[in-house]
Amino acid sequence: MDIHEYQAKEILAEYGVKIADGGLAYSPEEAVQRTREIGGSVWVVKAQIHSGARGKAGGVIICKSHDEVEAAAGKLLGKRLVTHQTGPAGKVCYRLYVEAGTDIAKELYFCLLVDRCAERIVMVGSAQGGMDIETLAATQPEAITKIYIEPSVGLQDFQAREMAFALGIPVSMLNAAVKTIKGIYRAMRANDASMVEVNPLVITAKEDLIALDAKMGFDDNALFRRHRIAELRDKTQEDPREMAAADRGLSYVGLDGDIGCMINGAGLAMATMDMIKLAGGEPANFLDVGGGASPERTEKAFRLVLADKNVKAMLVNIFAGINRCDWIAEGVVHAVKKIDMKVPLIVRLSGTNVDEGRRIIAESGLPIIMAETLAEAAEKAVQARNEVVANAAG
Amino acid sequence: MAILIDENTRIIVQGFTGKIGSFHAQDMINYGSKVVGGITPGKGGQTHLGLPVFNTVKESVEQLGAEASIVFVPPAFAADSIMEAAEAGIKYCVAITDGIPTQDMMKVKNFLRRFPVEERMVLTGPNCAGTISPGRAMLGIMPGHIYMQGNVGIVGRSGTLGYEAADQMKRLGIGISTSVGIGGDPINGSSHRDILEKFEQDPETKVVLMIGEIGGPQEVDAGHFAKEFMSKPVVAYIAGLTAPEGRRMGHAGAIISSAGESAAEKVAMLRDLGVIIAPTPSAMGETVAAILAKS
Repeated sequence: MDIHEYQAKEILAEYGVKIADGGLAYSPEEAVQRTREIGGSVWVVKAQIHSGARGKAGGVIICKSHDEVEAAAGKLLGKRLVTHQTGPAGKVCYRLYVEAGTDIAKELYFCLLVDRCAERIVMVGSAQGGMDIETLAATQPEAITKIYIEPSVGLQDFQAREMAFALGIPVSMLNAAVKTIKGIYRAMRANDASMVEVNPLVITAKEDLIALDAKMGFDDNALFRRHRIAELRDKTQEDPREMAAADRGLSYVGLDGDIGCMINGAGLAMATMDMIKLAGGEPANFLDVGGGASPERTEKAFRLVLADKNVKAMLVNIFAGINRCDWIAEGVVHAVKKIDMKVPLIVRLSGTNVDEGRRIIAESGLPIIMAETLAEAAEKAVQARNEVVANAAG
Repeated sequence: MAILIDENTRIIVQGFTGKIGSFHAQDMINYGSKVVGGITPGKGGQTHLGLPVFNTVKESVEQLGAEASIVFVPPAFAADSIMEAAEAGIKYCVAITDGIPTQDMMKVKNFLRRFPVEERMVLTGPNCAGTISPGRAMLGIMPGHIYMQGNVGIVGRSGTLGYEAADQMKRLGIGISTSVGIGGDPINGSSHRDILEKFEQDPETKVVLMIGEIGGPQEVDAGHFAKEFMSKPVVAYIAGLTAPEGRRMGHAGAIISSAGESAAEKVAMLRDLGVIIAPTPSAMGETVAAILAKS
């Protein structure tokens, strides 16, 4: 789960990380009010969307008067911002963070994340802040310092100092740097974050170390014990279909294709989508219905897939283990009868009680296309989709 | 032979008396696994499914010589149960539980490293379907009947995709020595590489099928191992050709977050390392069959 910049900064500040003065605004009037509270003569109006690289997308505007703040806020609120992290659909900005302008002497890059290979948290830093770290890693890997943290003892002072020196932080600021780095680490551990990125971490003209931007991602598996974090979820930043799916205990990812999918198991779902692609089609979604595919759950899954108006054919691929094919078949027949399906349905069942499952579907009298193998299922789905498209055109 | 488990492995079930634990314990017993008892703290001394219940794993090891365990404990308490098994002297543990926090798994892995390698408990999972040595023992939640006994080792992150592979092979008359699910989480007990190492040492296993997916560096790491240290052919299929970058595809670990983690990149790297690629998920069985025919 991701949160907004202002939320991440609030959390970091609680762990002793310095941030610029700022406040949240939902309207241009509120934005101007925030600038009055902050004081000074330069402010930055920042679009709050769940994405980095907002500056490049025009989501960060520097203002030198209240009129400029009002205009910037008016421009950003309700605007759809597209960055390389949001995908082509972009994300709509409903909240603004208004911050005091910072007199930047130097920009640094700092990040903590879980390294899957090392199975520990790794601290990543570079003296070349503000840049996209992926680009930097590809072009100048020597400019990046990585320090691994031993889980049983946590981040040590010497490691924080090593990072501070690697970042080129002046000796006069060493204590502040250690405090900041350890604070970010504690914020990560205490909240089950999977990632904290401060880009840039800034040395100001007055020799302060400030988190000028902050991004935090959290481990969904740990939200059960992080209620405060769970409450920060902003549904406007997430795909409504995916949210609806998650609320129903289904795992769904919307894609751009037009063959809807319902599969049990994440790996088999990805494999089925691969087969669709190899057969010349494009999947409309990833959907794992999980183990206990009851008739109710199956119906919900069908509704979810068909809510995507792009879907021109639907493929169900179930490998029944504990689930039995006859239960699945009953669920499918129930769902199709209950929902007025307008697109062709291809069903492939395999595993426990497969013959019984196939018989139930055959005897239902419904126009369901059956397939025996994974390859056959994908081919039939693509064929059915092509016929729908051809009929619509003809 | 086979790896990790056979008909003599003495098994206990952690989370034994719960609904899920009971169901699968019975299923494993029906398959022929040597389940000797189970653990539910506070219910020690009771009998469940005709077997003794213990308060602690240690008691089951001392009194029944338990060697392997399977964990059905809910996510919030699963890491604790895994560490309890390791400390008690269990040799092999399968964690079925889906949804264990990553930081908990970091703690578990760190805890396991305290033990010298030869005494260290082998952990597979979490978030997996378990392990089966067909015809001998099942330590998992898979449908046992789809697996035929034979000479192909399977290691995979996904449950149902592993079933698909076993089913394709059975249709072609190909059996399996052991099938190991390592799970879909970002941090797993054992990696693809760890399991390849065991298959290489198993005289019964002739070919290994590795079923990977997007996310993380594990499959390629295993490919390097296969190239340098394995005499047996490795066939691989990597799922997730159509997965967009930065989106989690069901499994907590199935996300392309940096270079080299997409299916296409992994396939290219594995091919360079001499791993035989099954071009489609429906060709897993026939690709293995072709290799078996040559060897």
